[in-house]
Amino acid sequence: MAQKPTEPNRRDFMTIAAVSFAAVGGAASLWPFIDQMNPDASALSLATIEVDLSPIEEGQSITISWRGKPVFIRHRTGKEIEEAKGVKMADLPDPDARNGNLKDDAPATDINRVKDKNEKWLVLVGICTHLGCIPKGQRIGDAKGEYGGWFCPCHGSHYDTAGRIRKGPAPRNLDVPTFEFVSDTKIKIG
Amino acid sequence: MKMITSSFVKHAARIVSITLLGVTLGHSPAQSAGDLPEIKAQSWSFSGPFGTFDRGQLQRGFKVYKEVCSGCHGLRQLHFRNLGEAGGPEFGEAEVKALAAEVEVKDGPNEEGEMFERPGKPSDAFVSPFPNENAARAANNGANPPDLSLMAKARVGGPDYIYALMVGYKEPPEKMKVSEGMSYNDVFPGHQIAMAAPLSEESVEYSDGTKPTLDNHAKDVSAFLMWAAEPKLEERHKLGFRFMIYLLLLSGLLYLAKRRIWSRLKH
Amino acid sequence: MAHESTFKPGNSISKWFDDRLPIERMMHDQFGVFPMPRNLNYLWTFGGILTFFLVVQLLTGIVLAMHYVPHEGHAFDSVEHIMRDVNWGWLLRYMHANGASMFFLAAYIHIARGMYYGSYKAPREILWILGVLIFVVMMATAFMGYSLVWGQMSFWAVTVITNLFSSLDSIVSGLGTGIVEWIWGGFSVGNPTLNRLYSLHYLLPFVICGLVVLHIWALHIPGSNNPTGIDIKTKSDSIPFTPYYTVKDGFAMCVFVMLFAAFVFYAPNYLGHPDNYVEANPLATPPHIVPEWYFLPYYAILRAIPDKLFGVIAFAGSISILLFLPWLDTSKVRSSRYRPIYKWFFALFMIDVLVLGYLGAKPPEGLYLIVGRLATAYYFLHLLVVLPLLGWIEKPSAMPGSITDDVLGKKPAGAK
Repeated sequence: MAQKPTEPNRRDFMTIAAVSFAAVGGAASLWPFIDQMNPDASALSLATIEVDLSPIEEGQSITISWRGKPVFIRHRTGKEIEEAKGVKMADLPDPDARNGNLKDDAPATDINRVKDKNEKWLVLVGICTHLGCIPKGQRIGDAKGEYGGWFCPCHGSHYDTAGRIRKGPAPRNLDVPTFEFVSDTKIKIG
Repeated sequence: MKMITSSFVKHAARIVSITLLGVTLGHSPAQSAGDLPEIKAQSWSFSGPFGTFDRGQLQRGFKVYKEVCSGCHGLRQLHFRNLGEAGGPEFGEAEVKALAAEVEVKDGPNEEGEMFERPGKPSDAFVSPFPNENAARAANNGANPPDLSLMAKARVGGPDYIYALMVGYKEPPEKMKVSEGMSYNDVFPGHQIAMAAPLSEESVEYSDGTKPTLDNHAKDVSAFLMWAAEPKLEERHKLGFRFMIYLLLLSGLLYLAKRRIWSRLKH
Repeated sequence: MAHESTFKPGNSISKWFDDRLPIERMMHDQFGVFPMPRNLNYLWTFGGILTFFLVVQLLTGIVLAMHYVPHEGHAFDSVEHIMRDVNWGWLLRYMHANGASMFFLAAYIHIARGMYYGSYKAPREILWILGVLIFVVMMATAFMGYSLVWGQMSFWAVTVITNLFSSLDSIVSGLGTGIVEWIWGGFSVGNPTLNRLYSLHYLLPFVICGLVVLHIWALHIPGSNNPTGIDIKTKSDSIPFTPYYTVKDGFAMCVFVMLFAAFVFYAPNYLGHPDNYVEANPLATPPHIVPEWYFLPYYAILRAIPDKLFGVIAFAGSISILLFLPWLDTSKVRSSRYRPIYKWFFALFMIDVLVLGYLGAKPPEGLYLIVGRLATAYYFLHLLVVLPLLGWIEKPSAMPGSITDDVLGKKPAGAK
C-alpha cells in the first residue's frame, strides 16, 4: 500500500456513477442473449395461416398444423349442432367459452364456441387441456367418447360435439383459436 | 469510416487483381487478361456509419431483379416476407402478398401423397429458377448462374463490383478473341463472362419518375442486392450509434473514477 | 504472493460459507487486497481484456449453438438463418466472429508485453508456459470455429491445414495419409469432419477456461511483474488490486470494447474474406486461399520452406519454441528497459512478425518468397541465437533500487 494506509473510500460519487452506469449497460446487453431464444422471424411468419374450407363436406373433419400444433376443423352435421345446443349449462364442468374471439367471461354455450354464429364450422386447438395429448375423434372409426365429440386416450377425457369437456380429468374446454372468415369458405387462423 | 472502407475496398481490389493476374498468367499465358481496372467506389445511401437504404431504390432494384436477373439467378436466402420488413424495400402488406402469389410454390404431399403447386405465401422463400446445378448448366451453355443472395458480400468490392460488372460490358480489345457464347467485360476476372449484358437503357420500366438509364438500373439492382445480402444493415447502424455513445460516456466516467481513485496515492 | 489471509466474514451467512466453501475469502485475497506493483502501465490491462473476450466468446458461442446446424447440407444456410431470422442473430454472430479477432489482437499485445518486460523469467516460467498452451488451444478453437461457417474459405482452409499431416508420409509411408483420413472420417473433408470440428469447437473453450484458471493461479504465486522487472520489496512498492487496478482495467476494457464495437457495427466483414460468403464447394478451390489475419505470420513461415515436411516442422516449431523462451533468454535482467541492445533486437523481432503477417496474405512467389525466407530465418535466429548470446554479451544499464524509487525518481511527488 501507499504511504498512507487509509482504506480508499468506496462510496466515492464518481465510482458509484461509473459502476452503476456499467451495470445498466451490462444488464441491457443481456437482452439479446435472452431474446434470441424467442420465436424467430421465420416462425412468426407462419403465425397466421389461411385454410380453404370448401373441400370439407358435412360430417368431415380435417387436422391442420398451426404453429406446430394441430387444429381441428369440423364441418358439423345438424344433429351434432342440436346435441351441443341441448346441453344444459349446469352439466358443463367448465362454464367458460374459451373462445379466442370472445371475451374471457363468455359462457360456454354452443353459439359461443363458433365464430360469427356460423354453427357449421367448429375450429379447435386439438390439444387436451389436461396434459397436452391429442384427443381422438378426427378419423372415421376413432373413439369419440361418450359425448360423440373427442376422446383423449391418455387419461380418459371426454369432449362433446362442441369440444367442451364433459367427463374426465381435463379442466377446460378445448380452446378455440383466434380466427376470422376471409370469405364464406376461407378462414385465417391467428 | 466511409473513406476507410472505400480505400480498403480499392486496396483489396488491387490485391485481388494482382493475384488474379498471377493466376491467369500462370494458367493460360496466351490470354492477355491481366489489366483488370480498379473497382471505383460509388456513393451509396447505405455506406457510412449513418447509412440507410433508399426505399425507392430498393423497390426499383427489386423490379430489375424480378424482370431481368430472376430468369437465371436465384435469391434463395430471401423470403417474400422480407420485402415488407423494416429496413428493406418496405412494400406494403398487400403488395408483399401479391408478389408472393405470383410464383408457384411446390408443397405437399397432400392426402393422396402427391406433391402439388400452389401460389406462394409471404412466408415462402424465393423460388430459384433451376432445381439444381446440373439443370442450370444444361440451360445456360454449361455455365452456372450463381445465387445472388449474398453476392454483395461474396465479391471484393461488394455493390461497387456488381455495379462495375453491370456497366462493364464493352467491345473487346482488338487483339483479344472472345470465345463463342461469351461476352467481354471490363471487370470480370479473365474478361470473358458467360452472361450476356443483362441491362441496357430502358431494360425495366420505372413508375416513380426515375430515368430508366443503364446507370440507374445498375445502381438500383446493386443496392437491392446489398440489402438482400445484409438485411439488418440499418438496424446495425442504428444500434451501433447508441452503443458507441454509451461507451463514450462510460469511458469518460471510468476515466474520471480512475483519476479520482489514483489521486489517493500521495507520496 | 503467499501471504496471510486478511478476510473477515462480515455476517453470519458469510461466516457459514467461509467455513465450508471460502469463495468470498478467495475473491477478497486474490482480487480485493491482492498486492500489485504500483507502477503497472496500460499494457498490463490486457489480461483483464482477454478475460472479458473469453466470456464474450463463450456467451455468444453458446447461444449461436442453439441455432447452428452442423451438417454439410445445412451449416451455411443455418448461419444465414441466424443472420436473417433469429432475434439479434446478426449481432451475436458478428460479435462472435469479430470477438475472435479482438481476442487474438489482445493476446498478441499481452504476449508482446510479456516478452518485452521479461515476464517469462524465473519464477514465472510455468505461468508463461501455461500462456503458450492457452494460445495454442485458442488457435485450434478459432480455426475450428471458422470452419463451421462452411463457406469456401472454411472448407479449403480445413482441407489445406488437415493435409499438412500428410507430410508425415515422407517419414513412414502411409502414416500421414492414415492420420488425415482419420481426421476427416472419410476420403475428403465432408460431413463427418464438420461434425467433429463442431464438437471440438464447443469443447476446447472449456479447456481454455481450465488453463486460464491455472494461468491466474500461477500468476498469483509470485504476483505480477512490472515495467522495471524489479520484485516488490517493501509495502510502499505495492497497492491493492481493488480499487486501483479494477478501475484501471475497467477503463482500458471500455476503450478496447469501443474498437470491438466499431468492427461489429460498422465494418463487420472487414476482417473476413468475401469468399466465405460463398457456400463450400468441394469441386472448386478459390483462386487465393488466405487464413484469418491472426494466422498469417505462421502461414508465411509454413510457405517459406520449399519442403512440405520441413515447412510443417517450421510452422509447428515457430510456436512450440516459445515454450522454451524462459531458458533461451540467458539475461539476468527482466525488463528490456535496462537492456540497451536487446531493446533493438526486440523491435526488430516485432517488425519481423509484422512482415511475416503481411507476407502471409501474399502469393509465395518472387520477392515475397525471398523476403518471407529472410523473415522466417530471423524469427528463429532471434529466438535461438540472439536471445541466448545477448544475455552473455550485453551490459545492462543502471536500474532503480526499487519500484517506489522508479515511480518517485521519474515523476516528482504529486504527479501520480
